[in-house]
Amino acid sequence: MKKIYVREEWCLGCHLCEYYCANANLGGGNMAKALKGRPVHPRIRVEDDGKISFAVACRHCDEPLCRKGCIAGAISVADGVVCIDREKCVGCYTCILSCPYGAVLPAEDGHAVQKCELCIQTAGGSPACAEHCPNRAIVFEEGGASA
Amino acid sequence: MKHVIIGNSAAAIGCVEGIRRASRTDDIVLVAAEPHHTYSRPLISYLMAGKTDRTKIRYRPENFYRANGVQAKLGRRALGIDPAGKIVTLDGGETIAYDNVLVATGSDPLIFPAEGLDQVENVRTFTTLDDAEALLRSVTAETRVFVVGAGLIGLKCAEGLRAITEHITVCDLAPRVLSSILEDAPAAILRRHLEENGIVLKLGTSVSSFARAGAACTATLRTGETVPFDQLVYAAGVRPNTALVKDAGGDVNRGILVDTLCRTSLPDVYAAGDCTESPDACSGERKVMALLPNAYLQGETAGITMAGATAPTLPLLPMNAIGFFGLHLLCAGVYDGERTEHTDGQNYRSFYTRDNTLRGYILLGRVERAGIYTALIRGRTPLDALDFAALRDQPGLIAFAGPVRAEILRNQDNQRKREAAAP
Amino acid sequence: MDLYVHPLFEVVRNEKKCVACRACERQCSNCVHAYNPDTGEMEADDSKCVNCHRCVSLCPTKALKIILTDHCFRPNANWPGENINEVYKQANSGGVLLSSMGTPKPHPVYFDRILLNASQVTNPPIDPLREPMETRVFLGKKSQKLERNAEGQLVDNLTPQIPLTMPLLFSAMSFGSISYNAHASLARAAAALGICYNTGEGGLHADFYPYGPHTIVQVASGRFGVHGDYLMAGAAVEIKMGQGAKPGIGGHLPGHKIAGDVARTRMIPPGSDAISPAPHHDIYSIEDLRQLVYSLKAATGNQKPIIVKIAAVHNVAAIASGVARSGADIIAIDGFRGGTGAAPTRIRDHVGIPIELALASVDARLREEGIRDDVSVIAGGSIRSSADWIKAIALGADACYIATGALLALGCHLCRQCHTGLCNWGIATQRPDLVKRLNPEIGAERLVNLVHAWQHELKEVMGGMGINSVEALRGNRLMLRGVAMTQEELDILGIKHAGV
Repeated sequence: MKKIYVREEWCLGCHLCEYYCANANLGGGNMAKALKGRPVHPRIRVEDDGKISFAVACRHCDEPLCRKGCIAGAISVADGVVCIDREKCVGCYTCILSCPYGAVLPAEDGHAVQKCELCIQTAGGSPACAEHCPNRAIVFEEGGASA
Repeated sequence: MKHVIIGNSAAAIGCVEGIRRASRTDDIVLVAAEPHHTYSRPLISYLMAGKTDRTKIRYRPENFYRANGVQAKLGRRALGIDPAGKIVTLDGGETIAYDNVLVATGSDPLIFPAEGLDQVENVRTFTTLDDAEALLRSVTAETRVFVVGAGLIGLKCAEGLRAITEHITVCDLAPRVLSSILEDAPAAILRRHLEENGIVLKLGTSVSSFARAGAACTATLRTGETVPFDQLVYAAGVRPNTALVKDAGGDVNRGILVDTLCRTSLPDVYAAGDCTESPDACSGERKVMALLPNAYLQGETAGITMAGATAPTLPLLPMNAIGFFGLHLLCAGVYDGERTEHTDGQNYRSFYTRDNTLRGYILLGRVERAGIYTALIRGRTPLDALDFAALRDQPGLIAFAGPVRAEILRNQDNQRKREAAAP
Repeated sequence: MDLYVHPLFEVVRNEKKCVACRACERQCSNCVHAYNPDTGEMEADDSKCVNCHRCVSLCPTKALKIILTDHCFRPNANWPGENINEVYKQANSGGVLLSSMGTPKPHPVYFDRILLNASQVTNPPIDPLREPMETRVFLGKKSQKLERNAEGQLVDNLTPQIPLTMPLLFSAMSFGSISYNAHASLARAAAALGICYNTGEGGLHADFYPYGPHTIVQVASGRFGVHGDYLMAGAAVEIKMGQGAKPGIGGHLPGHKIAGDVARTRMIPPGSDAISPAPHHDIYSIEDLRQLVYSLKAATGNQKPIIVKIAAVHNVAAIASGVARSGADIIAIDGFRGGTGAAPTRIRDHVGIPIELALASVDARLREEGIRDDVSVIAGGSIRSSADWIKAIALGADACYIATGALLALGCHLCRQCHTGLCNWGIATQRPDLVKRLNPEIGAERLVNLVHAWQHELKEVMGGMGINSVEALRGNRLMLRGVAMTQEELDILGIKHAGV
């Protein structure tokens, strides 16, 4: 299964992935229209200390602790993609407590959580972050052997 | 193989999914006293608050039993297990033969006797869907509710009811809220927040007597204060339902004693969830860790094992994610060792370290990415191998040394390997 | 700050489109952009902008553009603003003006006045998609006659050659002047394409020895990074006598760029200036050059062809003749429009001659003297497209060197600030955070794409001419016609005017 893998050595800390992610999850239209004048709530986050930077998004674990711990049964795995049912989610944050990567994040409204779902619903199944990374620091591929 | 599962909540569902990971063909019979489709018990407070509904509260999709080939006997009570004959007896005398049986009977709320309690008409506990629906029927905007117990259940109940009525008083013998999982400082912040949201708290005291005058009741506290109320909710603790195993001759303490594969002392009898006592991955001590994530994990492990496959290591930890009126509280592990804490009055964070490992933490307010801390506890990760000072302020994978980080980022499996490799 | 000098560029931000993602701010090594937390908007300091387009290219909403200022001096045909500003700058600094890349001056480009032929009726064109089209070449001295041994069998009397899948090489750019990742991109692409790249005078980084068969190793006047293994590592050794962008002067890589691997690879102490003298101090005549050529042949066990690279200067034909007689296998001629990592502006813009004229006259001279086959000729110095490349081959080049084109493929936007070391594209810099911006995986891919595209075009054009191998195109001036040229220019180029 293809997943998002990040390659720290090529991450420039430009944070563009966050904006492309946020925009894709708002429908993928005109970014200026969608994001102008509002804070973004991307599902991929760049960790950046000024020297080192890399993006972190859901790893779509084989043994997803978020799904197993979800008290609402709102997290499921479909074709290897760990997905959240926003309607069922009550925002208890047990998944935030469980995810070893810190890849599940509160949604904008705070009442539910959100995480990377590999753009299966949004950017036509081609994750916007990988698509637009200027330096291939985020790749969407099988296995993640390359680094 | 034929598996009988007694229970219908997280552990039972985990067990079904665990069995099905290993076998598509084994027979599964699920017996549950409640007549409902599997639902999430912790969600009943959200049901009160209107954040979920009868449909969304389902823990699994409607076709769950059919899709997983489960023969569900809902509304039936298991009365006994015969480990020698490998038979479960149900109410009405029906018997079911099994190859393996899982006991996932959860726990029942406790009602401590108090003077005058028998006079109080509207008494409820708050653990089941029926409890929640009964309260939804009886509580109106005018109802004065008195909740005994300021633990997880009592406070979630109070929060849920707050969406209906402004008149809520919560009383607890402990001097702070959530006494089992919080220390004084964060409890004080949470208490203030609850009070700001209209919950009246009577802490460090208990009810000495109840009295009734017409429809209205009054509780008299040991402090001498009186609290008038129309509806009483008992949320003063639960007791694991151990009878099935105990009666069959199995080892039982507070909960049913199980090992890391959820086996009881009886052959082919497994137990999982709130009814059990099991070793904690952090301290190694046996304890009742009555939390939904643990229940699911235990159930899944039991299921995989029952179906004859090898289950992944059980990362059971005491841990809680809970929120009240928008203030989130995340905590995990045990609070021993050296404590470092930081608070700005609104947000609070404390960490407990011992022997170069993180043992526990409490986060109140700012809780993003807390799972990174949980993983440190679970994996007993040596803290000198990472920048823990930075990590405390800002949870991030950046605190790990380069090669470790590369491994984490490259392959999810390494998280498990890292945990497995830890001493 | 340059007193009196008004910023050349203005940063124009479409506030309706800008989402304040701050990518521009994070990506600008010149610190042009800044986020103002009070207004929540981005601001720009135009005076720092070098117009490298990094921000423009990465801006996710295309909210940015850079425009040339319309601020002006009182119009003066004799004193354009550029000259005035240069006077101000020198009056400020008292120093030589420094520039990078090739000259931006509007000198004549003869390639643009040469047109190519195609077959019609009397000789059929060839469809390169259906017919084989040979682009392979071998650079080096070609034997004049067949030799047979006593048994009558052919004797292999061919001296070492550089095999290339097409007549193109990446020209010399040193590790130091460009980054590790730029070198990695060039090396990987050269290997994938079956051509060569060139170390320049910076030595060969230990990591790139595996690409040796696709590497030209250079020996220049500073002798930086030269040792036995280095000489043996490459496909050929190039003696750099001169460079088109700065004929007659040496090079100077300032000490602050000589750190870590750059110092190690050049074999000089970190922090020391790497000064390449204007002359090779052991070469003051063709005879001296011959000594170095044969020293290098001896040092490489006669296994490596020797290239001598010279700048195109006034008497280039006579010099080339001498070089051919020095024992060199290949002569590389670098025209004055060629690029550089840093050169004095006046020299870059005013010294040397165009490659087209130099190449034609060298080719003619070597033919006249009957020594053309003793050497291969590589032409460089602003080969901007496959058209320039094809015309150069038809003018007599065995192959062409490209560098600026290769850098453009890597992301260079020709802002010509290489000498500052702040290249926002990770090419002409040694700052790790900037070097990182050039992922060689992408760089190599883009170079391979570019060169493959050019190769396609070469085949198309050759096919159109009815020619099916580069051998048959080389020096084939009948395929060229000039427009808008004087008879003298046509004579030097050895071509007829269009219509004749």
